[in-house]
Amino acid sequence: MSRPNPSYEGSRRQKFMQWLKGEYDPSEGKLETTEPDTSLFTDSEYHEIHLYLRNEYADNEEHFRRGVRKHLTRIQKLYRLMAVITAIFMTVLLLWAVSYEPSYGDPNAPENNEVATRYIEHGLAETGAINIVAGMILDYRAFDTFGESCVLFVALCCVLILLRVDADEEAGSHAREAMFDRHFEPKNDIILQRMCRVLVPAIVIFGIYVVLNGHLSPGGGFSGGAIIGTGLILYLTAFGFANTERFMTEKVARLFSVAALTFYCFAKSYSFYTGANHLPSVISTGTPGAILSAGLIVYLNICVGIVVACTMYSFYVLFRKGGY
Amino acid sequence: MSLIQNFPFFTIILSMFSGIISFILNGKAAKWLHLLMTAAVLVMSLVTLNWCMVNNVSYTFMMGHFPAPWGNEIRVGTLEALMAVFFALLMLLSVLGGIANLDRDVQDSKKNLFYSMLDLLMASLLALIYTNDLFTAYVFIEICTLTACGLIMIQKSGRNYVSAIRYMIMSQIGSGLFLIGLSMLYSVTGHLLMTPASEALAQLAKSGSFDVPLEVILILMTVGLAVKSGLYPFHTWIPDSYGYTTPTSSAILSSLVSKGYIFLLIKLFYRTLDFNGLENGKLLDILFVLGIVGMIMGSVDAIREDNLRRMTAYSSVAQIGYIFMGIGLGTTAGVEAALFHMVSHGAMKALLFVCIPDLVDVSGGRADRAGLTGAARRNRFAGFAFTVGAMSMVGIPLLTGFVSKYLFAAAATGALRTKMLTAWIALAISTTLNCVYFLRVVLAIYTPAPEKEALAEGAAHSPVERTAMAGLIALNFALGVASPPVVWAIRSGLSMFS
Repeated sequence: MSRPNPSYEGSRRQKFMQWLKGEYDPSEGKLETTEPDTSLFTDSEYHEIHLYLRNEYADNEEHFRRGVRKHLTRIQKLYRLMAVITAIFMTVLLLWAVSYEPSYGDPNAPENNEVATRYIEHGLAETGAINIVAGMILDYRAFDTFGESCVLFVALCCVLILLRVDADEEAGSHAREAMFDRHFEPKNDIILQRMCRVLVPAIVIFGIYVVLNGHLSPGGGFSGGAIIGTGLILYLTAFGFANTERFMTEKVARLFSVAALTFYCFAKSYSFYTGANHLPSVISTGTPGAILSAGLIVYLNICVGIVVACTMYSFYVLFRKGGY
Repeated sequence: MSLIQNFPFFTIILSMFSGIISFILNGKAAKWLHLLMTAAVLVMSLVTLNWCMVNNVSYTFMMGHFPAPWGNEIRVGTLEALMAVFFALLMLLSVLGGIANLDRDVQDSKKNLFYSMLDLLMASLLALIYTNDLFTAYVFIEICTLTACGLIMIQKSGRNYVSAIRYMIMSQIGSGLFLIGLSMLYSVTGHLLMTPASEALAQLAKSGSFDVPLEVILILMTVGLAVKSGLYPFHTWIPDSYGYTTPTSSAILSSLVSKGYIFLLIKLFYRTLDFNGLENGKLLDILFVLGIVGMIMGSVDAIREDNLRRMTAYSSVAQIGYIFMGIGLGTTAGVEAALFHMVSHGAMKALLFVCIPDLVDVSGGRADRAGLTGAARRNRFAGFAFTVGAMSMVGIPLLTGFVSKYLFAAAATGALRTKMLTAWIALAISTTLNCVYFLRVVLAIYTPAPEKEALAEGAAHSPVERTAMAGLIALNFALGVASPPVVWAIRSGLSMFS
């Protein structure tokens, strides 16, 4: 028996149910709204964007279908079957192999040998870094880490080749990229801007802290650089290119990356050269725990941090509009 | 430690530094820097090679203040120095040989990035050659992969993007397998440097523990590097990647990049994974069979291909098959032949890839056989260069291809009887197939085509490119006529490995 409840009409519960169904909007008529800024684009520009997108999409779709007809449909079933078989085979093979490996945390495992022992027992005395991991990657095995920074650098070069819109590109592509950027990206969002005023300085300062304390506490160039990069990206999202261009142009990013890598290259070359030739080196480990200690590690962390931050920021801007 | 012993380290750091600094130079300066860097690497590697051969020793070089099991290390011997010399030489000649095409194919604003990539590729190849540390090898494999991708997509076209993506995916699978194998190896040996790891492995082999993981590690590392170098069933990325990009990139990819991985594999077999112990396992047999299949199937695919550059790319599949067949023979002589073929294939393929665009240019941009008719009459020098390269690939005496085939056939006599016969038959079949597809192109380009004479106007006359081509032709003849010192260097270098 369902008797209509006279007090239901207009009650909070009824409004809530209506809101859930999407029939009622509590903010309707109470909120100041602004119409989208139509002055940004003229009608013809809008038309152009839509035409371009439609053509692009239709073109790709057509090509894709043609390619599928030509190459894939014939062998698709076999392909799926083989993919599943390969995946199962690899999974079983790896699990089978891993089941024979020494178990995790086993004190008698082969990796607990003289290498790890020396890192743990003499790491502080030999490198001056309280964070043993920083000592390992930036002193014992610094050549590998230089290689890793270069991997990031190469990745940046590849993305630049693919996405950077240069002056000698086909005419109009610059303008089109900028137009798309205005079309798709948030613009002057008050909530985002207010939050960013609080968050961005905190994020960037925290990133700098993580980089500078890389030899004292967990963290270091890679993680700290990623934090700084995130902060910059957030700032750009909130305030737009007009504001970031005041301090972060392509030239700045380029000079910073190159300067950091060059310093890394020279500093470590000196260290490798003196080490291999058994020459005295001017680099001392300093007082463990002080901010300027652990020889080169703190400077190398700064270099890695700069490279990572610049690379992350550059990736974001290149994917967004193909330039800084 | 004498100054000369520092040279390998200098070459690696110098090429990395040039790569970094090219980022802020303009295209022209970056080009000069690259050429100077490669020349310097060549000279320093020659001095190192001479030092190693005179003193007949190999040595390790600490990268830092910490000795072997704790810090990074590189290892230098005759074989490494020899490979460095050839890699630097081929890099220099490939870049010079395609330099006019480069100016045309690569956007002006992105030239410095291209040279930056080439510098870092040189650094990664040198590091792959010299490294004595497995993780360093992995890091530089990554750099090598990414730079190779950049080389493919530097010329803007949809095909290059697609083939770069394909190359990326296949290569990343290879790197991934290698990395999994590497981490498993670390967990059973506790070492990342090759020398201590091989000692630990010898202990494990004696005690018989961890047999299963060791087998899986061997499979993962070998398959990973085989995928990256394009052994037969994993070769599908080769024709597209080599076929459409700028000629310098094709030449470098086919003659250097894949060879770097194979050299690393040989080094792993000898310095870590106990090559002589491998003979008892099935792995070398599998490599042998795949190599044989690759030798034949690569040639068959090349016969079915009409586009000249793609045909040459398929022929690379066959040549990679030769190299793995040599390794799979399971004898030191087989590996020596494989190492010699790495060098000689580099010389032949660089020459072919560099001269093909000149032939295409005088044929109105057509790269099929019908379109190329008479091309050698319109551009005589490029036609001659192509003929030399093709003859060398087929294995005509006085050219380097003959010496490699002879070494393979001779090495097969020391192997098991079945392997010996299979290798000989496969060599015979593959050589015949080589003949079919290369000589029919040579015949086509020398067939008179009077109606196309007008196209000769488009002939490119770049003296630099011609000099580089002449250098590559001379290299083909030199390796064919004066091979004994190179073979001797390979032999003594290989004996220093163990």
